[in-house]
Amino acid sequence: MTRRDRNARLPPYPPAMSPRTITDPGTAPRHTGPAITAECLRKRYGETQAVDGVSLEVERGEFYGILGPNGAGKTTTMELLEGLRRPDEGHARLLGTASWPRDPALLRRIGVQLQASAFFERLTAREQIRTFAALYGISEARADEMLETVGLTEKAGTREDKLSGGQAQRLSLACALVHDPELVFLDEPTTGLDPQARRNLWDLLRSSNAAGRTVVLTTHSMDEAETLCDRVAVMDHGRVLRVGPPRAMAEEAGVDSLEDLFLQLTGREYRE
Amino acid sequence: MRAFVSLSLAMARGLLRDRAAVFFTLIFPLMFLMLFGALFKDQGVEQSTLVQVGDVRVLDTMPHKTRAQLRDVLTIEKTDGSAAARRQALEKVREGDADGVVLQHGGKVELRYSAADQVRSGTVQGVLDSIVQQANQRATGQPPAYALGSTAVEDESVKPIQFLTPGLLGWAVAMGGVFGAAFNLVSWRRKRILRRLWLAPVAARSVIGARVGVNLVMAFAQTAVFLLIASLPYYGLQLTGQWWLSLPLVACGTLAFLSIGLLVGSFAKTEEAANGLAQIIILPMAFLSGSFFPLEGAPQWVRTISDVLPLKHLVAAMEAVLSRGGSWGDALPVMGGLLLFAAVLTLLASRLFRWDAA
Ligand SMILES: Nc1ncnc2c1ncn2[C@@H]1O[C@H](COP(=O)(O)OP(=O)(O)OP(=O)(O)O)[C@@H](O)[C@H]1O
Ligand SMILES: [Mg+2]
Repeated sequence: MTRRDRNARLPPYPPAMSPRTITDPGTAPRHTGPAITAECLRKRYGETQAVDGVSLEVERGEFYGILGPNGAGKTTTMELLEGLRRPDEGHARLLGTASWPRDPALLRRIGVQLQASAFFERLTAREQIRTFAALYGISEARADEMLETVGLTEKAGTREDKLSGGQAQRLSLACALVHDPELVFLDEPTTGLDPQARRNLWDLLRSSNAAGRTVVLTTHSMDEAETLCDRVAVMDHGRVLRVGPPRAMAEEAGVDSLEDLFLQLTGREYRE
Repeated sequence: MRAFVSLSLAMARGLLRDRAAVFFTLIFPLMFLMLFGALFKDQGVEQSTLVQVGDVRVLDTMPHKTRAQLRDVLTIEKTDGSAAARRQALEKVREGDADGVVLQHGGKVELRYSAADQVRSGTVQGVLDSIVQQANQRATGQPPAYALGSTAVEDESVKPIQFLTPGLLGWAVAMGGVFGAAFNLVSWRRKRILRRLWLAPVAARSVIGARVGVNLVMAFAQTAVFLLIASLPYYGLQLTGQWWLSLPLVACGTLAFLSIGLLVGSFAKTEEAANGLAQIIILPMAFLSGSFFPLEGAPQWVRTISDVLPLKHLVAAMEAVLSRGGSWGDALPVMGGLLLFAAVLTLLASRLFRWDAA
């Protein structure tokens, strides 16, 4: 099934989250080379080999998912790709530029939502996003617009520690997208969201992706991966087990759904 | 530039909305100034009281000039020479209401004092002795062969507020710097803001600059409030000539204390640990640096320790420029020393620095 088919299957955009808030595709940069190339990334924490030889390639404009049980190494892989941590071995290039050492010119073009939200203490939702916007040289008007896009206008004056878990998650996402990045990393963006917020977020991500942005996300929701992702990578024990379009991969393996394939690949026992 | 401004705003808001931090770093030192200033207000000039029983020639015939000079240090209460008056006078000395009793037996002036307060009795003895000497000398009709002119080294107007203001202000600047940097670093690390900033196109100098900027504004505001309050007629601070040199001194002090805070914040993993460590550093440093009381009477080893403390030098230099007519000569070496201290500690902190709590 192509992306257009999947989009056609989805309900129309709710008015609060219409895709008009996203810059039109014409302004997105021309596709030249892959958005991400990673070669044989390894990262060790003491006794734990968190990432053990991950190689991947993500095309520009692709919607890419990373799946895997708890502790599989998804977050660490993302951190290595983003340049937040230095890989023990291997290297990653984003948009043609090495992500380590830190390169501010590259950071301007990527957006990141960390797994646990990172907010300035005692600032309100509006102050948070305006502060982040300023770091990227983005106007306050655009920041407020982004707040509206994630449905937090009513909570604009609420302090960071008084937001509900889902609201904090939405604010964190808004902060990651405020500067219209070409490449977005989202670590479990929909965990803890109610069905409405989740749907709205999907629409936001999809329209963002349709506008030419590359999106990489991790998720524990097979449903989400099937709905959103062009391709997914299934990870376990720091390795990529399989990569491919979710439906096609399941069909190929002779199972009904991505979830069945996931369990087949990673087993059924609990993870630490 | 926008990154710097917005980070400064974020820090300032975070600080001003933290009531405990505002109280401890901004209001608490000011309360100390107002309280200590009021408590020690009249301690500068110590008046002694002498009870004169009956006639004492040297006192009764004192020239007007001498009497006027003594007025600040000595009050003489004259009573009649009866035995009852004498008993009463001695009782007063015993109870500490008077510092001595003077009477005259023929050509001999007798002073009775209490050994309980040696400083006071010493003063009274000294004053009386000089009165007697002067009377003797007058009696010879010759000009004096030797004269001792003595004045205290301090400006004669020196009142406790003159050293309380620089001392407590130094302490306030130290608290602001150490706590500001330490808390900021630890909580931004724990809240993962540091890692988020790593992933934003912001230069380290914007982040550090914002912290320094916020602390400088805070320290200057504190200096202004301190000087204003201490200069109220009630407290009566007298600023001397180049008092404005306290501003660059406060700035250099802020950098030095921020560097201590940076070291504490790099080392401590939790806010509680940072708080404890900062307290352990600041309180003893403040005592040993003469923030609360002058170090003049302190034993040698205390002074040796205090010589390596940045606060001691800051307080001394501030006292010099604010209260003792000091100038560039007092301020410059201290400013240089504070900056050097800041540079060394910042270097050390950068070795211990961690982006995340894990
Ligand atoms: N900072 C760290 N220090 C030490 N060990 C770490 C650190 N971060 C991750 N690990 C370990 O590395 C392994 C992979 O962790 P990672 O966070 O990448 O997993 P994940 O796939 O994101 O899991 P989850 O689905 O729970 O988010 C885990 O075993 C974890 O304990
Ligand atoms: Mg994770």
